Amino acid sequence: MRLIAQIGEWFDRRLQLAAPIREIAEHPVPKNTASWWYVFGSAALIVFLLQLVTGIMLAFVYVPSASEAWNSLQSLNHDITLGWFIRALHGWGSNFMVAIVLIHMVQVFLFGAYKFPRELTWVVGVFLLLMTMGMAFTGQVLRFDQDAYWGLGIGASIASRVPVLGSAIVKLMLGGPIIAGATLSRFFALHVFVIPGMLIAFVGVHLLMVLKLGINEWPMPGRLVKKATYENEYHELTRKDGAPFVPYAVWKDIFFAAFILVAVAACAIFFGPFGPTGQPDPTIIQTAPRPDYFFLWIYAVLSFLPPSMETPALIIGPVIVIGALLLLPFLSGEGEKSWRRRPIAVLTILLVAVTLATFTHLAGYTPWSPHMNAWSSDPIPARFLQHRTALERQGALVFQAKQCHNCHALGEKGGQRGPALDSVAVQLTQDQLIRQVIQGGGNMPAYGKNLSPAETTALVAFLQTLHPAGQAPARDASRAIALGKIGEN
Amino acid sequence: MSTDRTISRRALFMKMGILFNGLVATALAVPIVRFLLASVTRGRANGYLSWVSLGSISQFPEGETRLATFQNPYITPTDGKTADTACWVRRVEGQQFQIFAINCAHLGCPVRWFPQSGLFMCPCHGGAYYQDGSRASGPPERGLFEYPHTIRDGLVMIQAGELPTPGSPTASLFGKKPPCA
Repeated sequence: MRLIAQIGEWFDRRLQLAAPIREIAEHPVPKNTASWWYVFGSAALIVFLLQLVTGIMLAFVYVPSASEAWNSLQSLNHDITLGWFIRALHGWGSNFMVAIVLIHMVQVFLFGAYKFPRELTWVVGVFLLLMTMGMAFTGQVLRFDQDAYWGLGIGASIASRVPVLGSAIVKLMLGGPIIAGATLSRFFALHVFVIPGMLIAFVGVHLLMVLKLGINEWPMPGRLVKKATYENEYHELTRKDGAPFVPYAVWKDIFFAAFILVAVAACAIFFGPFGPTGQPDPTIIQTAPRPDYFFLWIYAVLSFLPPSMETPALIIGPVIVIGALLLLPFLSGEGEKSWRRRPIAVLTILLVAVTLATFTHLAGYTPWSPHMNAWSSDPIPARFLQHRTALERQGALVFQAKQCHNCHALGEKGGQRGPALDSVAVQLTQDQLIRQVIQGGGNMPAYGKNLSPAETTALVAFLQTLHPAGQAPARDASRAIALGKIGEN
Repeated sequence: MSTDRTISRRALFMKMGILFNGLVATALAVPIVRFLLASVTRGRANGYLSWVSLGSISQFPEGETRLATFQNPYITPTDGKTADTACWVRRVEGQQFQIFAINCAHLGCPVRWFPQSGLFMCPCHGGAYYQDGSRASGPPERGLFEYPHTIRDGLVMIQAGELPTPGSPTASLFGKKPPCA
């Protein structure tokens, strides 16, 4: 034991780190911050460290070349001992990191921790969030499969909409005129060198400010932040009602960090690594690319924006959102911290959470996309075909053969791009059905050029049978009267 | 504030040292920036575009739309399969062709041709186009991108080399705006 102490002294005489480390560890924090609400920042740091370690291990094997990357991922998954587990840890670690960073941000927002004097800590945190999203996107590209390839195409299409500079930005992003070898090389450099380097620097500044300015005290309703008095009040609080960070508060961080690591490892073991999906071969077009989980909401938003709104929303939207986040501590740097007295802050969080959750849920089953194989793989349920005339059944064949089923569901089978047609005959008369089929409209293509008159007649005859039992199909009353009168005369 | 205009020997050397470093940094910045922008500046004046063959005209029956693939004219040694590109070739009749980019004009996903209904459909956000490439429905703002093409020595040639995106100059130069659909 004495030998160890002597070796320690020998090093510390030269390094002189023991005193400052002890000072950092034992700096006083307000007692009420030793709460389970205050563990997310350190948890994000732990997951980031996990990502660093697993990322370096993956780099031992991964080949950042468009012709080899996919094969090297296959060999990680199948050939190398526990390669699948390291990939799974890294993939699930990224999901956890995005989630924990967002939870941390919500907690900081609701606890008013961004207010004076911690404005810059918040601003650096916003950049850390952006870098985390950047790591998530570039990481998805390194999993160089079909989703990565077409995801890059989506990224390029969005970037190309920037006025004047769009085309140059696309070539800068892709490293050339198309998505190819140079693209993967530069995303590798971004994911492995550029963004992690910036992340480490920004995390350092972020932590430094947490130490220098002190952890945010538990917000008490009615205790207002004033720039003139806050710092004195805070020091008074830590002096009167403070405790050393180690060990008073840190044990909760340690427990939560271990819990998160276990959760990541459990997901990695039970669910395994992500992909890779099909080979990144642009001539294989039978693919429906989807982004990773945390970008699904954007995927959904992009399908709902009307065409005229798209470019402005894509270009101006991010500027507004990021600008609002950066300006927040300067617009409300003083005043009430407690969420109990900040109903608009709470409602904002709820609104954003519900919106993101709804879009993410929708992106899970993409009701806006035609089901490409419904026409050949989803049969029309038998009840729509029983007791039908030959013409009506011929119409059902047209319905399948002309891919109507790709967008319209029957008996809950088929696409959801257009309305389900189970009871269409109740809503549209024969003439309206013919017009809709031939001319399209309301986001439906016109089929006039691709249906012969006989096919149209059969199809509409089939559609007219689609009404619930006991409910009469729609009919044009005026026409019946007109026809009736002609009949009488 | 001192109004003394004399400058010490050390201060002069320090200023000269900073100036010298500034000059070196500027001189180094020029090649570094040019290197970083290489992929942009090379593309100037259609530097990436070339005429490539899609194969013999006899491969494309009249009145039908077929998938064709070609190798991008500008490739690098590590491109692998990504050097290949697919496109849709519609032979209207005789020598009259329309050659569409595979990329949806919305966000670039690969569109699929359905000959039975005469529609191109996109799997990502539900864009649809008629057989002549004009917009039929969904989020796209315009019709499919078209490659400039010609028939030379019995070969179908297209001018290609860049990823068609909504903002690329090649898309607006050559791509047909949607006729009133």
